[in-house]
Amino acid sequence: MQLDKKVIGHEFEAFSTTVEAGKVKLFCKAIGEEDPIYVDEAAAKAAGYRAVPVPPTFLQAITNDDPGKGGLLRLLNVDIGLILHGEQHYDYYAPVFVGDKITCQQKVTDMYDKKGGALWFVVSETSMKDQSGKLVAKGTGITVVRNPDAGKK
Amino acid sequence: MVAATPKAPIFDQVKVGDTIKPIVLPPISRHQLALYCGGSGDHNPIHVDLDFAKKFGFKDVFAHGMLSMGFLGRLVTSYAPRDRIRKLGTRFTSITWPGDVITLSGKVTGKREEGGEKLIDLEVKCTNQNGQDTLQGHATVAAS
Repeated sequence: MQLDKKVIGHEFEAFSTTVEAGKVKLFCKAIGEEDPIYVDEAAAKAAGYRAVPVPPTFLQAITNDDPGKGGLLRLLNVDIGLILHGEQHYDYYAPVFVGDKITCQQKVTDMYDKKGGALWFVVSETSMKDQSGKLVAKGTGITVVRNPDAGKK
Repeated sequence: MVAATPKAPIFDQVKVGDTIKPIVLPPISRHQLALYCGGSGDHNPIHVDLDFAKKFGFKDVFAHGMLSMGFLGRLVTSYAPRDRIRKLGTRFTSITWPGDVITLSGKVTGKREEGGEKLIDLEVKCTNQNGQDTLQGHATVAAS
C-alpha cells in the first residue's frame, strides 16, 4: 500500500453544526468532568460566562458532527482499523458555548512516513469559526496509518 | 466532591517548576469507552467492539486517545479557568487499556508575555500504573 502525497493541500468540504447542551453533558460524563459550568447555565453565568462553555477537547465532538465524517480515510483509502491518533493540538482564540453555530474547515497540510514506510503520518488542520465568522479555535491532528503491507516484502 | 472552576493563576506568584495537584482517575472501564464513543462522536469500533479490535491485531479494545486528552483538559481547567486556556496539545505515546489506572500530572515549564497577555506554559501528562506515560502534552494558559 502506498499513500499518495498528492493529497497534501486537499481541503474537505466545510460544514456547520450547532453545539447542543445534551451532547456537552454526555461528553462531560464520559471524561468525568464535574464542574457545573458545563451543564448549568446559572453556574456558568455566576463564573462570568455568557452561556454554558464547552470543555477544551469538546472541539473533537464538534468536528465529528461532520456529515462527511471519515473523509480523510476515504481520501487515503485506508480502513479505520489501521489508524491511530498520533498527536492532537488545539489553539483556543475564544471559548465556544452551547448554542453557538460552528463552521469547521479541514485540510491536509503534510504527510510523511517512518520506519521504512511501516507507518504513515498525515497532518491535518481544522479551523473553527463561530456564527459571527470569528475564528474561535484551530485543531491540528496527526493521524498514524499502519501500513498492512509493511514487512511483507 | 464536585469540581469547581478555579481562579486564574497570578503571574507574579507562579514559578517555573510549580506543580499542578495530580488527579488519580478510577480504572478505565469499557463502560467509559462506550460513553466516550457516544459523547465524542468518535464511533471507531476498535474502542468498543472486541471482535473488531482482535481482527486488527489488538489483544483488547483500548481507550480513545482523545478520552485521555479530555482528562488532560480536566487537569488544565483545574489549574486555570476555561476561558484562560490558550493551547492544549499532546502526543499519544502509548495505548491505554481497560483497567489501567491513570494519573494526571503537570508542572510549569515557562512564563512569558505575548500579545499583551501573561502566559504560563505547562507540561501535562497521563501516566499509567506502571509508570509509563500514555500522553505527553503541553498547555498554555493566560494568568492574571
